[in-house]
Amino acid sequence: MPAITTRPTAPLPPREQLENLVAGILAEARAQGATATEAAVSFGSALSVTVRLGEVETLEHHRQRGLGVTVYIGQSRGSASTADWRPEAIRDTVQSACAIARHTAKDSCAGLADPERLAKDIPDLDLYHPWPLAAEDAIALARVCEAAALALDPRIRNSEGGSIATHTGLVLYGNSQGFCGGYPATHHSLSCSVIAGDEAGMQRNHWYTVARDWNDLETPVAVGQKAGQRALRRLGSRRLTTRQVPVLFAPELARGLIGHFVGAIRGGALYRKSSFLLDRLGTLVFPDFVTIRERPHWPKALGSAPFDNEGVATADRDLVAGGVLQGYVLDSYSARRLGMETTGNAGGTHNLIVEPGPLDHEALLRQLDRGLWVTELMGHGINLVTGDYSRGASGFWVENGQIQYPVHEITIAGNLNTLFKGIVAVGSDVDVRGGIRCGSLLLERMTVAGE
Amino acid sequence: MTTDTLTLARYHLLTPAGLDEDDLHRMLACLLGHAIDAGDVYFQQRRTESWSLEDRHVKNASRAIQQGAGVRAISGEKTGFAYSDELVMPALLEAATAARAIAQQGGEGQFQVWQTAPRVPLYEPLDPLDTLTAEAKVQLLEKLDAEARQQDPRVTQVMVSLAAVQDTILIAGSDGTLAGDVRPLVRVNVSVIVEQEGRREQGGSGGGGRVGYGWFLDEDRALGYAREAVRLALINLEAVPAPAGTMTVVLGPGWPGILLHEAIGHGLEGDFNRKGTSAFTGRIGERVASPLCTVVDDGTLAHRRGSLNIDDEGTPTQCTTLIERGILKGYLQDKLNARLMNTAPTGNGRRESYAHLPLPRMTNTYMMPGEHDPAEVIASVERGLYAVNFGGGQVDITSGKFVFSASEAYLIENGRVTRPVKGATLIGNGPDVLTKVSMVGNDLKLDAGVGTCGKDGQSVPVGVGQPTLKIEALTVGGTQA
Repeated sequence: MPAITTRPTAPLPPREQLENLVAGILAEARAQGATATEAAVSFGSALSVTVRLGEVETLEHHRQRGLGVTVYIGQSRGSASTADWRPEAIRDTVQSACAIARHTAKDSCAGLADPERLAKDIPDLDLYHPWPLAAEDAIALARVCEAAALALDPRIRNSEGGSIATHTGLVLYGNSQGFCGGYPATHHSLSCSVIAGDEAGMQRNHWYTVARDWNDLETPVAVGQKAGQRALRRLGSRRLTTRQVPVLFAPELARGLIGHFVGAIRGGALYRKSSFLLDRLGTLVFPDFVTIRERPHWPKALGSAPFDNEGVATADRDLVAGGVLQGYVLDSYSARRLGMETTGNAGGTHNLIVEPGPLDHEALLRQLDRGLWVTELMGHGINLVTGDYSRGASGFWVENGQIQYPVHEITIAGNLNTLFKGIVAVGSDVDVRGGIRCGSLLLERMTVAGE
Repeated sequence: MTTDTLTLARYHLLTPAGLDEDDLHRMLACLLGHAIDAGDVYFQQRRTESWSLEDRHVKNASRAIQQGAGVRAISGEKTGFAYSDELVMPALLEAATAARAIAQQGGEGQFQVWQTAPRVPLYEPLDPLDTLTAEAKVQLLEKLDAEARQQDPRVTQVMVSLAAVQDTILIAGSDGTLAGDVRPLVRVNVSVIVEQEGRREQGGSGGGGRVGYGWFLDEDRALGYAREAVRLALINLEAVPAPAGTMTVVLGPGWPGILLHEAIGHGLEGDFNRKGTSAFTGRIGERVASPLCTVVDDGTLAHRRGSLNIDDEGTPTQCTTLIERGILKGYLQDKLNARLMNTAPTGNGRRESYAHLPLPRMTNTYMMPGEHDPAEVIASVERGLYAVNFGGGQVDITSGKFVFSASEAYLIENGRVTRPVKGATLIGNGPDVLTKVSMVGNDLKLDAGVGTCGKDGQSVPVGVGQPTLKIEALTVGGTQA
């Protein structure tokens, strides 16, 4: 069989080229009358492959460029972006941004970050590990991954495929205060989604692994087997009757709960007074055994960044200590709106670590005793203004600390304020696949709606 | 309106790049020269802008231009794909070479002569970004802010946004497809926070379509969004905890049609059914709904957000019957899945952009009206939930389980709508939820033009609609057990 021969991901352009682009944008903006400017230029390249039932389904080459500029004319602001790097496109883009800034209202909080907060030294966080992966090797790995799921059990009847993706990118940010910083980063993932079936119907499930360094990925066989096991264990799902019970969130869903917490302490939500966690700084938001740290400089971590989207240096801090809220998630603008200092979170948080507790999954099930272990959630029923939470769920009914049977077509509901305070335990089973690292969370009580 | 969109698309996409139809032939020849069944090239330019207001002032706005071409090569069930954001021949041929590498053998791809199918356009090929001056856009946002604030003193925050997109596309396919479209799309959204005795609630409303900004000024349409956002927020101030459990649910007309999108529509998309992964697989001709239910997907409604003159493969859109009097009739198809299932494409091949592959997607999905007066439907319920506004939804097409989240709902007690309840997620099973429809209202309404559907990481604008519906049993995810 002739080999599929294609280029791997496209090479990154030389850093000087991007630096020159940023400098060119800043100069153009100054020439067009901007009093301050910030610009970002990005290049990304990716290869992704999906193999379904042993055959290649899609082979995609991605190569994306971007250029964005925000200009300030006095205290008025305008933004524009394009994928076109030619000088005439840069001129037009800056012109669009300036035209907007001549129509937007003055805003005394608008502007670049305070110069003394800009990153001086930019540590190498070991985020760049390109994967010299030829297309035929990507196909072979995806095939091994899917095959491991299909071989697990005859009830694995169908597949949505095994997929592999490798991404390389370089982003440069610069502003008219003289800051210009950027670094290359990579991102690789392997995933599998399969369908188990029996006389009662079909159930789908998946698993994935993601890392900066492809050597840190779980093996294709492990990913395929987990996907298969997760689909199989859903077979025979039943409904539950409506009840109020303790609920154990699997680590990948616990991350979402912490994400809602972050959403509610973001500067934008706070200055708009559209958060259920207004004015809670220094008060107990979680039980006293909950500590959440931000660690932006962990080597190789998915959420690591030496500086934020405004060039502000990132730094270690405790967001929650002993259950007490220690700080907010602010960029320069929202900080000025609140009369505070930026926390280096323009663009989001950088590695939030929920300190793990002593109990592993088995021990948590024993502590749950009788209740619901949730392994999947559906829908968007989260209101961050009120904290009201209501989502579709599936998982397992647990009695005497033992899994009894899979359940689905139920909802779980409560209010995040009470749910956070009602955390009974944080697991040791931390999921590292994201910018928030959290183990399972055991919650005291939620309303389960069903039959 | 006879402006030829293909001519416009050629002018905007090919002419500035110095490309002509011979170059399209060369690209397709490069794709097909390697034992490929079919291939196409999708050129796109997308111009977008958004303006936003908070604290009574427009402080933020942005514009963006994206352009590029996606090249796809198909061999059996395999698809190779690459794209370029540089519209120059060497980059496009490089993308074609990368895409065609998918084929190892087989394939009898032959180039067909160009066929273009003109149709009466569903919307004007206008540039919505330029349909108001910058001053007028700022004024409109400030007017909506003032309108919301004057509704009630309890309004503490008003956020208004206005956005427009102009998509110009051109598709050249080895099957002879040569088609172009110019697609305007505008959107206004108002969201407010109200406060009373320390309790805060939000409300939001908006609308849009394939029109210019002037549409928002007609009949004070946009002012209506401001009033509606405040009305919803004030209702939420009074809301009591929602009930939990399975009960009779009456869904209001219009946007609650998100039920059909989640419970039915996704499960009938051709890719899932070809692969056998949908809970509806192999069920054509079977009863999947009560005889009161007829559901269609219609991409041909003038000026609607979900409508398209042609889909992103150049197939003219159509009205496809999905369910007729309760019987499953058809699937939504793009070219690839239609060919593999030996059926015709239905004009549902859509993609987020040139950088994404086409997939079978919905357009405007709605249920035909029935006979009942909506008041009769409510009067028939002894105890239940009346849900009239929703946020988003989601479906697991394999198990058929779907959710959608109510943002405005009331209790029905003894045939009367009584207290408002807090938002709650509703959950059901797609293949049987419509079998429980016992009454269908005569008040078919389409949504205001706010829907966006996500699939495989790709977002596309869609529409939904329905008359008032009574569902005998649906699970309501409140907190009051």
